[in-house]
Amino acid sequence: MTQEQSEDLVKRILFQVAPELEGEDVDPDEPFREQFEIDSMDFLNLVIGLNKETGIEIPEEDYPKLETLSGCVAYLNQRKGQT
Amino acid sequence: MPTSWPVIVKTEIQRSNANLADYQSECERFTWDDARKLLSYLPGGSLNICHEAVDRHVEHGQGSNFALRWLGRKGDTRNFTYSDLQAETSRFANVLAAHGIERNDSVFSLLGRVPELYIAALGTLKHGSAYSPLFSAFGPEPVRMRMEIGRSAALVTTKSLYKRKVEAWRNELPTLKCVFLIDAHGEDLPDGTIDLASEMERRPETFETVETRPEDRALIHFTSGTTGRPKGALHVHEAVVAHAVTARFALDLRQGDIFWCTADPGWVTGTSYGIIAPLVLGATMIVDEGEYDAERWYEILKEQKVNVWYTAPTAIRMLMKYGEEHVRSREFAHLRFMASVGEPLNPEAVMWSMRAFGMPFHDNWWQTETGGIMIANFAAEDVKPGSMGRPLPGIEAGIVERQDGAVREITEENRPGELALKVGWPSMMRGYLNEEERYRKCFAGEWYLTGDLAYRDGDGYFWFVGRADDLIKSSGHLIGPFEVESALIEHEAVAEAAVIGLPDETAGETVKAYVVLNPGFVESEALVRDIMAHARKRLGPAVAPRMIEPCKTLPHTRSGKVMRRLLKARELGLPEGDTSTLESDK
Repeated sequence: MTQEQSEDLVKRILFQVAPELEGEDVDPDEPFREQFEIDSMDFLNLVIGLNKETGIEIPEEDYPKLETLSGCVAYLNQRKGQT
Repeated sequence: MPTSWPVIVKTEIQRSNANLADYQSECERFTWDDARKLLSYLPGGSLNICHEAVDRHVEHGQGSNFALRWLGRKGDTRNFTYSDLQAETSRFANVLAAHGIERNDSVFSLLGRVPELYIAALGTLKHGSAYSPLFSAFGPEPVRMRMEIGRSAALVTTKSLYKRKVEAWRNELPTLKCVFLIDAHGEDLPDGTIDLASEMERRPETFETVETRPEDRALIHFTSGTTGRPKGALHVHEAVVAHAVTARFALDLRQGDIFWCTADPGWVTGTSYGIIAPLVLGATMIVDEGEYDAERWYEILKEQKVNVWYTAPTAIRMLMKYGEEHVRSREFAHLRFMASVGEPLNPEAVMWSMRAFGMPFHDNWWQTETGGIMIANFAAEDVKPGSMGRPLPGIEAGIVERQDGAVREITEENRPGELALKVGWPSMMRGYLNEEERYRKCFAGEWYLTGDLAYRDGDGYFWFVGRADDLIKSSGHLIGPFEVESALIEHEAVAEAAVIGLPDETAGETVKAYVVLNPGFVESEALVRDIMAHARKRLGPAVAPRMIEPCKTLPHTRSGKVMRRLLKARELGLPEGDTSTLESDK
């Protein structure tokens, strides 16, 4: 997956969880929960969505790495590289 | 219905060290009149929550003790001593007075967990007006509805929350005199709003606490109804008697303790036990601005030397998933007592806490209406995992059956019925705002009817069975299906909606909506997302459905009410029960 593809994937899942954000600019480095009105259940659903789409197992201790768009992209690429 | 989980037996040392060392004899001895003696009161029998929580500690020479330690999202901290809080709440009370807010007016806050919220809450009480906290993740509709019902005279919020959730309809609320913003100054200030920081700076840091009577209104907490608008439960200054006593007994809280209640003050727990009770008892409160984060939470417990921790099942279940090893690898040397509230704590979670922390979470039970903890597992008493525990001293609980407008108490062990409480404790609500009829319906004779189904075992422990109505409990928040349905049908494609709660392993329940589409609209993924977006914008993520399913029709009773119960039974593959009132739904 290229950087851009990963970014699109994360955004697509984010917009599935919180469709009202569709079309919004996502600041890659600001945590989702500070940029947008999403709660911890939304965040959990985002993680579950990422797992379903990519097949990558995401242990709980890695959740903090997924708080931003750039964090998600880096994480997915790193984990993809491992498998 | 006996449980197969092992009883957690307390040691002699644990028993003798607890505030409530002997449950039985305290129950026999306890009177609310004795409890009132724990407080200082103002001259002539006046009672003001802010005086009990803040001012009296300063008068008693404890002004330099820490009252509030605030942990910012980004790692910054702010400390407030009791003297600091006294000065700040006085300034705030002076600001209200200067802007024509009167005694008995309602002052609302719409804020995250920032110091200004705590100052506004206590300053409002000092000023003699009533305080109502709103959850900052509510969308514009729940905010507006609650401020309308509560006839809000003033609002304390941030610029961004004001812009997004209030500005558009602000002029349609005639009672609203002032909007104070905590983070906007000068040219940055939207029209018709007031810069709170500059106002505070100009006002003196002394204020003569209004001599409110014990029965004067103090707090308005909103709770959801199955039908109709949310209900504003009214509490009076005397509630503080129960806040203090219940925190001593059920949370084992004492003067000098470091106490962390993770609940947001937008919900009743976050006010009764996240603001009032710990201060009244002279503890130091930890307030974390951030959202749930396992690592952050464990660091707070450890670094802040938390003694007593009060949290919720949803968070505990997330910590369980995060893994026991993260607890066991740390030492929480100061942690003495852990409690949970919001929804029943599953026995697995209690057993997990024994393994991970070496001590159990003590589940307790209460409601917005009861104002304080009513039934609890206590520090000195054995814990039955999965049980909500036993009634507090001064509280009489029973299981009843409704029969033609009257109730009959069920005395048999282990037989489910409706959980009821004998009226007469100080923090009981004094009414639902402008809803006398709904208020009266909560009572039958000397019983307050809770709407929760439960049973009592042979040892007097109570066990939660379910809700008697259609209310949904998600992440500890009570959600009224009607409020969600009303927002859904505002969408142009939605003709009718029905909302239920589905079991969810983390949140307890999660909100699901069924929608019948208007003619001319075709079911599609894009349309469902559009409806979801609409609901989330109107209601906020905590209240909006997480799932929406279009359907051809909904099951109705002959009188036209949607049978949510039937939808839920079908969804879960349960027996459909009595469908004799079913009109048709095919």
